[in-house]
Amino acid sequence: MKTIKELEEIRKKTLDVVNQRKDRTTTRIVVGMATCGIAAGARPVLLAIMDEVSKLGLSDVIVAQTGCIGLCRLEPIVEVIKPGEEKVTYIKMTPEKARRIVKEHVVEGKVVDEYVMHVVDGKVLNDYSVQND
Amino acid sequence: MAFYRSQVLVCGGTGCTSSESMVILENLKNEIKKHGIENEIEVVRTGCFGLCELGPIVIVYPEGAFYSKVKPEDLPELVEEHLVKGRILKRLVYHEAMEDDRIKSLNNFGFYKKQYRVALRNCGVIDPENIDEYIAFDGYKALEKVLTEMTPEEVVKVVKESGLRGRGGGGFPTGLKWELTAKEKADQKYIICNADEGDPGAFMDRSVLEGDPHSVLEAMAIGGYAIGASKGFIYVRAEYPIAVQRLEVAIKQAREYGLLGDDILGTGFSFDIELRLGSGAFVCGEETALMQSIEGRRGMPVPKPPFPAQSGLWKKPTVINNVETYANIPAIILNGSQWFRSIGTEKSSGTKVFALGGKITNTGLVEIPMGTTLREIIFEIGGGIPKGKKFKAVQTGGPSGGCIAAQHLDTPIEYDTLIALGSMMGSGGMIVMDEDNCMVDVARFFLDFTRDESCGKCTPCRIGTKRMLEILEKITQGKGTLEDIDKLEELAKEIKASALCGLGQTAPNPVLSTLKYFRDEYIAHVVDKKCPAGVCKALMRYTIVDNVCKKCGICAKACPVGAITGKVKEHFEINQDKCVKCGACMEKCPFKAIIKK
Repeated sequence: MKTIKELEEIRKKTLDVVNQRKDRTTTRIVVGMATCGIAAGARPVLLAIMDEVSKLGLSDVIVAQTGCIGLCRLEPIVEVIKPGEEKVTYIKMTPEKARRIVKEHVVEGKVVDEYVMHVVDGKVLNDYSVQND
Repeated sequence: MAFYRSQVLVCGGTGCTSSESMVILENLKNEIKKHGIENEIEVVRTGCFGLCELGPIVIVYPEGAFYSKVKPEDLPELVEEHLVKGRILKRLVYHEAMEDDRIKSLNNFGFYKKQYRVALRNCGVIDPENIDEYIAFDGYKALEKVLTEMTPEEVVKVVKESGLRGRGGGGFPTGLKWELTAKEKADQKYIICNADEGDPGAFMDRSVLEGDPHSVLEAMAIGGYAIGASKGFIYVRAEYPIAVQRLEVAIKQAREYGLLGDDILGTGFSFDIELRLGSGAFVCGEETALMQSIEGRRGMPVPKPPFPAQSGLWKKPTVINNVETYANIPAIILNGSQWFRSIGTEKSSGTKVFALGGKITNTGLVEIPMGTTLREIIFEIGGGIPKGKKFKAVQTGGPSGGCIAAQHLDTPIEYDTLIALGSMMGSGGMIVMDEDNCMVDVARFFLDFTRDESCGKCTPCRIGTKRMLEILEKITQGKGTLEDIDKLEELAKEIKASALCGLGQTAPNPVLSTLKYFRDEYIAHVVDKKCPAGVCKALMRYTIVDNVCKKCGICAKACPVGAITGKVKEHFEINQDKCVKCGACMEKCPFKAIIKK
């Protein structure tokens, strides 16, 4: 037999899963999963993000895939779209970097600047830093 | 908590199940396994989404992609494209769900926009066989609330103040029913759920039971607490195997969690529920006949009073409510009577579920606030009449209701307005008819049904419906007279006044309402010997238009009874005595030279 307290626990635990099935306006984490993304290692990145979201118990987050973003050389690419904020694009992701993004950007709201793609005058600045390395 | 990046909902209602949605569910799981992504994607079987016309339906979240008419062979592509590569498979998405290549939210579809879901709140969202998911959406919280914070009198008061009226047809105030039964003193009282949904074309209750069985169990326990009953029965048709099976699972789970049985949630309140299967007698949906049937007797009505509130099941005070009525109760308890009153109209609060059928684009299940007009339901939610045909009438209330004609389309739907139009709310069947439906034939169809389902106990119903049917058959065969129409009307009024139970008292409604709005069609059958809609076979004639006819003889070959005679390049003729009016010749004629009138 369940007590009222146990029911409340079931309610909380299940709501997170069930609630994902409704239309929401929440944070979206999008992983580029076209051939280029997968070849560059997008799948481990995706799994790491899902794992981190699950570990931190985040319920208002959608993890979605998308096709080729058009910057294949910068894959794996992860985009974080928070409601009411501009989209932030992260490039050359690894599972470890992705976990940091979930923790710092998604939860704490601090954009992880060092992984962000910077565009100035239509040119991707990150490209140059790579060449200079 | 398990985190899934995507959820795939597959409709497990009867409609979609009959078009192989269970095969789709299995194949989908296999396909997902093949790609090794079974830990990322959750596949859930839910209750009815309502848009049965488009079944089997599969919805993928978080995108909210609404895939319709999915076939098992579509699945490899669907899984690979959408779930692996994250690209929506546009060719399978319901056309209304896409706008400028983007997915529209479900709530913005024409079909869902005007709906308001209270009774169907969990249908198509939760897995009906998983009690935890029901609990997640505040399931059993209302029961918790009444058992720990409210007295039985307070529960009755809230239900009474909500203005909830019986959703099974009559529209009797539910709170009043509960109050009358609560006042009775007895060693034992009973709560019954009437799930003997028998109207042709109605499937509201089935969908609630299939999609959200726990809401009914919870409401019955609340009712038990309110009136002082410790025992409940659900009388459900054996023809609803999926509903029966889900109820069984739900009762078992509720017992395991201690939400049914002794000392519920440690509060000292005990309540349990048993299932009783009906064998498809329409009359057993009538409350007194239903109780006879539960007691193990032949299902026949008994005169009222005494009402069930005083002397019901085994002569004990009994509350008997319909499935949809119960489904509203937990929401009323949690949100309050004022909230419920704010939906719908003054005299009919809340929402009503309708099963849309007949000549309508979006066949399916809809829930609307009371006061929505028939036009909104049929043309906005239902998508109008297919093939550009003209709307003629809508039949509400099944065999007990009547037909409502086009001039009343802007009537708001309420218990009392529908009765004023000569129909009734009924349990919520809504059958739409277009110009191709013959109203005399419709009346004949329903009379045939009630005559067949009459239990035979009282004379007006047993013999009266038979006589009415005979007159209607006479008219549809072109042998009727004007006196027959008067006789039919007189007989109808007398049966209405004298039959024992609701079945007989309402059986003449289809006749009376069609006589009221479509008397000209009756007269056309009787005086002109014509069926304006071209339905009544005996009144139809197929003829060959000589100057269009190319004398090819294809019609003569197509005729299965050899009624067409003639010579190629000369002349062909249809022998009316031999013709069986099958229409085969008209279909085959390449020159449209054969007409029906």
